Amino acid sequence: MTTATHPLRPGQAPYGFADLPELLSRMTGAEKHGPAATSTLDALWVLYDRVLRVTPATVEDRARDRFLLSKGHGPMAYYAVLAAKGFLPPELLASFGGYDSPLGHHPDRLLVPGAEIGSGSLGHGLPLAVGTALGLRAQGLHDPAVWVLIGDAEFDEGSNHEAVAFAGAYGLDRLQVVVIDNSSATHGWRGGIAARFETEGWSTATVDGRDHEALHRAFTTPHPGRPHAVVARVEPKNS
Amino acid sequence: MDTMRDRFIAITAELLDSDPRLAVVLADISAAGFADAAVRHPDRVVNVGIREQLLIGAAGGLALTGLRPIAHTFASFLIERPFEQVKLDLGHQGVGAVLVSASGSYDWPAGGRTHMAPGDVALLDTLPGWNVHVPGHPDEAEALLRHATAAGDSLQYVRLSVHANRQARPVEPGRFLTVRRGSGAVVLAVGPMLDAVLAATEGLDVTVLYAATVRPFDAAGLRAALGDRADAVLVEPYLAGTSAQAAHDALADLPHRVLGLGVPRAEHRHYGSIPEHLAAYGLDAAGLRQRITGFLG
Repeated sequence: MTTATHPLRPGQAPYGFADLPELLSRMTGAEKHGPAATSTLDALWVLYDRVLRVTPATVEDRARDRFLLSKGHGPMAYYAVLAAKGFLPPELLASFGGYDSPLGHHPDRLLVPGAEIGSGSLGHGLPLAVGTALGLRAQGLHDPAVWVLIGDAEFDEGSNHEAVAFAGAYGLDRLQVVVIDNSSATHGWRGGIAARFETEGWSTATVDGRDHEALHRAFTTPHPGRPHAVVARVEPKNS
Repeated sequence: MDTMRDRFIAITAELLDSDPRLAVVLADISAAGFADAAVRHPDRVVNVGIREQLLIGAAGGLALTGLRPIAHTFASFLIERPFEQVKLDLGHQGVGAVLVSASGSYDWPAGGRTHMAPGDVALLDTLPGWNVHVPGHPDEAEALLRHATAAGDSLQYVRLSVHANRQARPVEPGRFLTVRRGSGAVVLAVGPMLDAVLAATEGLDVTVLYAATVRPFDAAGLRAALGDRADAVLVEPYLAGTSAQAAHDALADLPHRVLGLGVPRAEHRHYGSIPEHLAAYGLDAAGLRQRITGFLG
């Protein structure tokens, strides 16, 4: 699949994982994409394809699973997956970053169909996810899962640590975090990122962020009474 | 008399019983006062600990699920410390909340600068959509809290203080109240400033307006109160001049003058009591009278 004239037309879902590079190319103009543009692609795909119970028809359903993209930087992979799953029309992708486009270089939930939060400034998604999990619990909605995706450099922001400690102490077991670890945090995380969650009482798994089966196993591991963090390791950003 | 904060705790506990949409988020401050309510509503009274970024972020998340969050702590830790969360986790997400502060600008002078937030209203003025209430009495605080919690998914800030006027006024959100009528300039007293303003303007031919809600700013009310001169004096219990632009906008098509009185921008490195600080800021009756008569000439 190398051409700009993709055989699948809009509306001809389902798209497969193999179609994502072509969808990405509509935003990047490039046929090949480096690790930085695709660090989140596999985790996003496995979540939307096999884990999250949300579809374009249920984006307003109170009982849907929530996915909050906290790491709003480099959202092309997110937009490509949302397009592949029918949340937004694939023909919108080419407008990426344009004045009238709903698709900014950071997502805005008021503009992007299917986006649960607007993000861009780092460290906002996890506290918002904590509140979302609290709000669902308070309304007796114990089934919906709340997922949030952050980056290992984003984890520098102290607001994450406020949320991690609280969620662990509170036993917010419908909260799940996936940390895309491309070794981009300036000072690193000695002892590993998962240790920060474990110390606060979270269930954790650290897996190869390109291995779909490993991601799926980690995403679906039961974690009764505790929130769950999956550290998905991918190629270092500056390798 | 109970304080505004006492009344906030009592009334909110009652509202939690009757309104299933309400949820209270705390950051340790006032948590003891909400202990009984937390027992009755364990999922809707949440204390996140001393974590103010999470306080606002969690409020935003609660609102995303359709609840009406009330977040509360001292003004310095509710507005100033997590200001980016106020900007991005509420308004930018398209959700509302009720933020209820205590301590204000000078409630704990012995606590010093770290617990003073005279800039909170000015900060909110940089964001769209905020309603700002500055009650001057616990009864007014109750009325405005009832209004704010029931006001759909709007953005509401209720600024509580231990500094209060002797009597409550029949306040209406968004409307200035005429307390004394004269034929000259207008003096607008905000919240706890009213008693000192009334004393300071005794015998002067001015109209005294009272505002327990400053955003939206009742431009029509200010216009209607003008006498034979378009002079307005604003007396606010936070940063001096915070509402000056709103007053200028209200009078834009008239030759006019505005004097903005309030807490000065300069750091005041003294402790002591509220009266001592008000006097030092020129916000006691004597200081106000001197500056108002100086301005009006």
